[in-house]
Amino acid sequence: MSKIMKITLPGMPPLEREMIALRIANMLEDGAYVNLGIGIPTLVSNWIEGRDIIIQSEIGMLKCGPLAEEGEIDQDRINASCQFVRDMPGTSYFNVETSFAMIRGGCMDVAVLGALQVSARGDLAGWNTPARGLGKRGNIGGSMDLAVGAKKVIVAMEHFTTNGEPKILTECSYPLTAKACVDVIVTNYALIEVTAKGLVLREAIPGVSAEEVQKMTAAPLIVAEDFHEMEL
Amino acid sequence: MDKVYSSVEAAIEDVFDGAIIAFGGFFSAGRPAALTLALSKRGVKNLTVVVQQVGTGNEEMLELVVNGQIKRAVCNYPFPRSASKGARHPFEQAVRKGEIGLEIYPIGTFVEKLRCAGAGIPAFYTAAGAGTVVAEGKEVRVFNGIEYLLELALPVDFAFVHAWKGDHEGNLVYRFTAQNYNNAMAMAAKVTIAEVETLVETGGLNPNFIHTPGIFVKRVVETGKPELSGFSLGGI
Repeated sequence: MSKIMKITLPGMPPLEREMIALRIANMLEDGAYVNLGIGIPTLVSNWIEGRDIIIQSEIGMLKCGPLAEEGEIDQDRINASCQFVRDMPGTSYFNVETSFAMIRGGCMDVAVLGALQVSARGDLAGWNTPARGLGKRGNIGGSMDLAVGAKKVIVAMEHFTTNGEPKILTECSYPLTAKACVDVIVTNYALIEVTAKGLVLREAIPGVSAEEVQKMTAAPLIVAEDFHEMEL
Repeated sequence: MDKVYSSVEAAIEDVFDGAIIAFGGFFSAGRPAALTLALSKRGVKNLTVVVQQVGTGNEEMLELVVNGQIKRAVCNYPFPRSASKGARHPFEQAVRKGEIGLEIYPIGTFVEKLRCAGAGIPAFYTAAGAGTVVAEGKEVRVFNGIEYLLELALPVDFAFVHAWKGDHEGNLVYRFTAQNYNNAMAMAAKVTIAEVETLVETGGLNPNFIHTPGIFVKRVVETGKPELSGFSLGGI
């Protein structure tokens, strides 16, 4: 495969992080229990207000509410990203052993996670950037439990690193979070499903062709029969 | 039965060099700030600390780092999220220099190791970490076609926990997300020391709503509420 590089396209600019989150919010079904990781995944919560979707925070909170406003700050009420939040009618609090029983026990319908790399098989690397120079040490947090425990894993990430390196690869080169765990990848250019046959390109943002997404992706893509423009 | 101590200093008087100590708290919420500061003043060394992260949200732990009291840390999210903050962070620097040894587990594994220690279960299998560096050196077993790792229970000598309310017999109630690891750590320890924001008379807590029953708690000391961590205002 020729060198993969970030290219400038004449059409629409790549999606903002908030729009990646919106595309994912539109994928969630009413009645779902969902855990949102740090970064772009957290932004999904901005798009589900009023919907029947319950957010779990692995610190030990179900039906986690929106971010707290000035004056509502309470250091005993934070989400797993250490942001002050509100509770809502029906919220519950519990300990971390119960929280991870929910996660490993198969109660989480969806986990939306950030990623540094995703492989063609759906391997996820998201906890350790080798450039930081900490070797095998890093912040694992709840990512490994979520990756193996959630019924569906959606990755929310940009298509390239800040240095323009591709993040979707035949094999991950960074330390893994879990093997073959990713179901769907949503980036600022495309929506790609991980299947037994390989990566299936289902949607691209307006003005970007399937060929152009392939040029930007360091793993082979199968173009879906119903490949279409991403709607937001 | 009365487990109340008059001061944090008295409550930790027998903490010894080389002890394994678990600290409750998820970033800033539910951290035993007063007990941690008392430990830094006591100056015992070669400690193994079992705690989500060292010095991010629980800045009191940095005193132990700077004093050179920590030999080893068992964590799940040890470092600041940002690499540039990490480059200035005493704990990360001590780990990079090899002054503090570090073991890392996924959160679910970390807390289950503690819970199992308290529940008389020596080891358990979990799928978290299979096929990753976490699996190195561990027994792998396949159940129903899925790989699981054998993880060992993690008993500790002392647990420092923080509760909203406690009574004289050690029954504890936590507030909102400040529960986090405090219950599992209280179960895992030979000696659990609870700092409570408000001490109530025995009988003063609703018995339907006790989070940690007093049998898991040896000592109780009233400390009030810890100050808001400056870190927590920004999130990670």
